[in-house]
Amino acid sequence: MKLREIQNILGAEVITGEDFLNKDIQSAFGSDLMSDVLTLVDEKAILLTGLNNPQIIRTAEIIDLFAIILVRGKTPEEDLIKLAEEKKVTLMTTNHTLYTASGLLYSNGLRGVKLDE
Amino acid sequence: MNNSKDKNKIKLEYSIISNDFKRAGETSSNIKSILKKVGIDNKVIRKVAIVTYEAEMNIVIHSYGGNIKLMVEGNNIIINAYDKGPGIEDISLAMKEGYSTATDEVRELGFGAGMGLPNIKKCSDYFKIESSTEGTRLLIKISF
Ligand SMILES: Nc1ncnc2c1ncn2[C@@H]1O[C@H](COP(=O)(O)OP(=O)(O)OP(=O)(O)O)[C@@H](O)[C@H]1O
Ligand SMILES: [Mg+2]
Repeated sequence: MKLREIQNILGAEVITGEDFLNKDIQSAFGSDLMSDVLTLVDEKAILLTGLNNPQIIRTAEIIDLFAIILVRGKTPEEDLIKLAEEKKVTLMTTNHTLYTASGLLYSNGLRGVKLDE
Repeated sequence: MNNSKDKNKIKLEYSIISNDFKRAGETSSNIKSILKKVGIDNKVIRKVAIVTYEAEMNIVIHSYGGNIKLMVEGNNIIINAYDKGPGIEDISLAMKEGYSTATDEVRELGFGAGMGLPNIKKCSDYFKIESSTEGTRLLIKISF
């Protein structure tokens, strides 16, 4: 599924990385715990999170996440946006909650990530 | 450019400041881009990045400050992370998935799952941890 489709399904606003909306996404993960996210083995994955601080971009950079979707209409601060731009991470925000956003993507065919072991 | 020669020249050292959440993560980010430049395999880089990030965050969050050193020796990436204390009281407890002493403040930033040390171990080919009130030291090797 393309990032653009994900944006449409969630009615999300793109904050950074508009240029990468044609990227193909394989799977998704939802979590507010960074160490939890770092156990992912999938490539071409996105993260849905309620966390709204620059560490989410650091985490995305470490494991090359394609995009981060902030749920529940969270709007990021300037330092987070700057870091996302610098690291070329696509950042979007949706008004849906984590549960609803995940459900919408799943029912449209985007599967969850595989976990290590 | 001779990549293997370049690799073996890599010797990096960073100081990590306690509670500095603004810069936290920059060390691992820097290490990642340097390893990319000398053409180390992506899977290996990912492991190194996870290990250094978790170690870096532990020093920022749980210690009075410390250092991370990384060097390439033959087919191994050797990572040394050490800090000035206060140390880990019960290492076997700290190594358990889910064990964390992180404060609510730190949890709000997304840390405190108690997965950092287990993650580090999982990504390492060799892992040693030592700790006393003087400080905590991790020695990690990742082969490529
Ligand atoms: N460098 C350190 N100095 C002192 N205590 C530490 C250090 N590293 C880890 N610890 C202790 O070990 C516990 C477990 O560490 P671990 O990295 O597994 O989880 P965490 O840091 O609490 O949460 P997470 O890494 O999932 O965000 C910590 O909560 C802390 O009590
Ligand atoms: Mg940790």
